[in-house]
Amino acid sequence: MAPHHEKSMNLTEYAPGQDQLDKIEQILLTDLIASGVHCVLLIDFAGNIIAQGDDGRSQIDVYSLAALSAANFGAVEAMAKIVGQEEFALLFHKGETGSLYFSKVNNELLIISVFGKEIILGLLRMKVADAILKIQQIWKST
Amino acid sequence: MAFINMKNKEIQAKIVYYGPGRGGKTSNLEYIYKQFRDRIPSDMVSIKTHGDRTLFFDFLPFDVGKIMGYSTRVQLYTVPGQVKYDATRRLVLKGVDGIVFVADSLAVQREKNLISLKNLQINLAAHKKDIFHVPLVLQYNKRDLDEPGIPILSLETLENDLNRQLKVPSFPASALNGDNVVLTLKRVIALTIASFQKRL
Ligand SMILES: Nc1nc2c(ncn2[C@@H]2O[C@H](COP(=O)(O)OP(=O)(O)OP(=O)(O)O)[C@@H](O)[C@H]2O)c(=O)[nH]1
Ligand SMILES: [Mg+2]
Repeated sequence: MAPHHEKSMNLTEYAPGQDQLDKIEQILLTDLIASGVHCVLLIDFAGNIIAQGDDGRSQIDVYSLAALSAANFGAVEAMAKIVGQEEFALLFHKGETGSLYFSKVNNELLIISVFGKEIILGLLRMKVADAILKIQQIWKST
Repeated sequence: MAFINMKNKEIQAKIVYYGPGRGGKTSNLEYIYKQFRDRIPSDMVSIKTHGDRTLFFDFLPFDVGKIMGYSTRVQLYTVPGQVKYDATRRLVLKGVDGIVFVADSLAVQREKNLISLKNLQINLAAHKKDIFHVPLVLQYNKRDLDEPGIPILSLETLENDLNRQLKVPSFPASALNGDNVVLTLKRVIALTIASFQKRL
């Protein structure tokens, strides 16, 4: 399938294989949830959830979070363009006990991490960066 | 851009309600929300102004059930209809799989419908989509206003203005009392699913 990658990007729907999704979910669990992230979503920019993981305790409305995150990220990107930037690298919302961290995987995908005080932002950023590299590799082969 | 999850046998598709400001897009979703509480896993999300105008979008995930063995969820969105919110409208259209164009039957809104439909065509083109190839349904809303004698456009006029070239399914409706709201939804879901059924 790999040689058709460019072409398949133009299709209005896409479907990574079971294998790839398994691998991606595994990465979310071992790299992020195991490090103390409460809930992690891999979404596309239309707001669809591609893969997710959680610590079994979080009760989050993931569909609304995905829709809002995709829109929010899109809005921030549009704002970046207005002030002449390609993108703003870091998108981070800090709350009293819970925070959100958004990171772009590629032109199609975004990772949202919901985390608390158990993990510091620096470490989270490293873990997410690692996970992104791995997911990019897997996504390329879909 | 629908997402088909082969692993969990799941489909997610995005349907957007488009149309002029105050045409009744949000009202459509509100009616669906009331009517199908049991199929909707979460609360309706509305990003709006204090005056109840949509500022960014409304969002409502809707469980369609199983289609060819895949549990199917459509994510319903509305755009803000006011002309000035064009940038956010374009954002919401990203990855759209099916569209309901909600036209306002009020006679005074005739021009607004035309402008909004043209705007839809332009914004779809910005996402490399052709309005003639996207699953699309027209809804002529606020038909109930005929009753109190408020001047509304005839269905012939609306068809001629908006659907002469598109030739897509169209429904007279009232989002206020629910007439044909569900029928509109069913039709756009059917068109949307059919458009990618070949992949399953
Ligand atoms: N009589 C009547 N009024 C309606 C109908 N549908 C909507 N309205 C009214 O029209 C007004 C605007 O409706 P909304 O659903 O907020 O319109 P909208 O298209 O979401 O507007 P924007 O968010 O500005 O784009 C509200 O006061 C509604 O109650 C209808 O079928 N009949
Ligand atoms: Mg609205």
